[in-house]
Amino acid sequence: MSKSVNIKDLNVYYSDFMAVQDVTMDIAPRSVTAFIGPSGCGKSTLLRTLNRMHEVIPGAHVQGQVLVDGDDLYGAGVDPVTVRRQIGMVFQRPNPFPTMSIKENVLAGVRLNNKRIPRATAEALVEKSLQGANLWNEVKDRLDKPGQGLSGGQQQRLCIARAIAVEPEVLLMDEPCSALDPISTLAVEDLINELKDSYTVVIVTHNMQQAARVSDKTAFFNIAGTGKPGRLIEYSDTTTIFNNPVQQATEDYVSGRFG
Amino acid sequence: MSESSRVGPRMSAATKARPADRIFRLLSTSAAVSIMVILAGVALFLIVRSLPAILANWQTTPELSTGPTGGFASFFSYVGPLAFGTVWASVIALLMATPVAVGIALFISHYSPRKLAGFLGYIVDLLAAVPSVVFGLWGILVMRPFLLPMQVWLNEYLGWIPLFSGKVTSTGSSILTGAVVLAVMVLPIITSISREIFLQTPKLHEEAALALGSTRWEMIRLTVFPYARSGVVSAILLGLGRALGETMAVAMIISPAILVSFKLTTEGENSQTIASNIALNFPIASGLQRDALIGTGLVLFVISLAVNMLARLILNAKPGGRKLWVRPRTEPRAKAIAIAAAEAGAETAIDTSQRSPAGRS
Repeated sequence: MSKSVNIKDLNVYYSDFMAVQDVTMDIAPRSVTAFIGPSGCGKSTLLRTLNRMHEVIPGAHVQGQVLVDGDDLYGAGVDPVTVRRQIGMVFQRPNPFPTMSIKENVLAGVRLNNKRIPRATAEALVEKSLQGANLWNEVKDRLDKPGQGLSGGQQQRLCIARAIAVEPEVLLMDEPCSALDPISTLAVEDLINELKDSYTVVIVTHNMQQAARVSDKTAFFNIAGTGKPGRLIEYSDTTTIFNNPVQQATEDYVSGRFG
Repeated sequence: MSESSRVGPRMSAATKARPADRIFRLLSTSAAVSIMVILAGVALFLIVRSLPAILANWQTTPELSTGPTGGFASFFSYVGPLAFGTVWASVIALLMATPVAVGIALFISHYSPRKLAGFLGYIVDLLAAVPSVVFGLWGILVMRPFLLPMQVWLNEYLGWIPLFSGKVTSTGSSILTGAVVLAVMVLPIITSISREIFLQTPKLHEEAALALGSTRWEMIRLTVFPYARSGVVSAILLGLGRALGETMAVAMIISPAILVSFKLTTEGENSQTIASNIALNFPIASGLQRDALIGTGLVLFVISLAVNMLARLILNAKPGGRKLWVRPRTEPRAKAIAIAAAEAGAETAIDTSQRSPAGRS
């Protein structure tokens, strides 16, 4: 169920403003790819174009192609709702549905696709997804309690469980650890390492150590200045980006000389 | 440098309490106290003036057994049907207004383009500014003839349902017509409060639903409705508060009698409401009869107060077991509701009670 993502000549606009310019990159299935770069360089915007979540903002649109196993997400007649059912997303701040229990949160996406699922199937799915998110042991005794009662890190793993319960082709993570403490961060990073066995994971992070720890490949983005579009500067194996980058800007950024 | 030298004397002066400071505190404190004095004064006036009529024996007191209060065994058998009529007309109005109001609010908050949303919101607020006499005239001249064929149809084909049974109205002055006009009048308050709450749904939750692949309607069901439920309920109750106290439109449209009747399409045997009964009978009432009318005003005061308190209670209630999100959620929300209510011209318990007896005496 894991698929490759190929971005071809992609420009992203917010109305007339070009936010990301001319990105071309290939993301392999069953891998973790990190997007790094200074604030405002368009890495989150680019991530959101991979499941068309940028369209939530009025006026946002793209030029170019995003192919998931060869199917263009922006082809004629492609419904963004269908795209999002296949490409899951985890956000910067944990956002479980406040009125739902832990169990209902995990099942929320599944119920959208298929209203009636047998109870036994539902329970098996809840356990599998929570196991998959490394959360099962912590919450198995309180599945009917509200998801908001969990700690921040647990909530974020609950959101990951919710995202993987629908068995997406690709999992997008937008700074998933930026609101978490170091111990919760570690738990989520461990989870990302396990997730790449079955999913294509794309993660945006501000934390370079995190990119170095969890990703196979890293893409560095930068902007020439305020009001200019973000560009992909360098995209390579994570070890190359951090130890032996080709571009001077990449080296400056990863060594902490700017940004 | 000059900054720090200015700060010094200002701070020491603040501890001394200047006259202007004291005067302003006195003014604002007395303003705050006056609102309680007014409320207590209204309640006291209602109780003191109505007690003679409430305590009197209605059958042996000649003044009460004739005129507008004639034919009733006691104060309670007089006010009972009126209280029923008040609540009945308001509830029917709310049943019609709520779905429309919530629909408009949802359209403004989640469906319409931004420019149209602003314009629509403005129109809805304008609706709240139309005087109720104008609504009454509109009801008499436009809505009565407009709704008459529908009522005849309802009576003829659905007359087996008790609600539509009885002798059908010939002019359209039925409680159904009155309730439709009332519904239009309570629409703005329910709409603007609901809209405010819908707009406050956290973006984070909406995006969570969208990212799972929900359509816009599924997103609204998953995130907006659960978040807004208690707020919408209190919006409805505030609308009820307005409908209960409404006088002119009902008095002008409905052809009433003091009795308990659930029939919607009849005329001359519709349950009268307290407010319009007072408006119609106060000029012709004398002495104890006036006291009896003031007594009905007291009952209306209590009903409105109870509804408004219930609305507030629901708004501030902590949904069980969700302690984490209750705090940040209710406070700005209660504030937004208060603001929206003020914009929509919501009538509090005080307004409604003042409107009924004091407006005429």
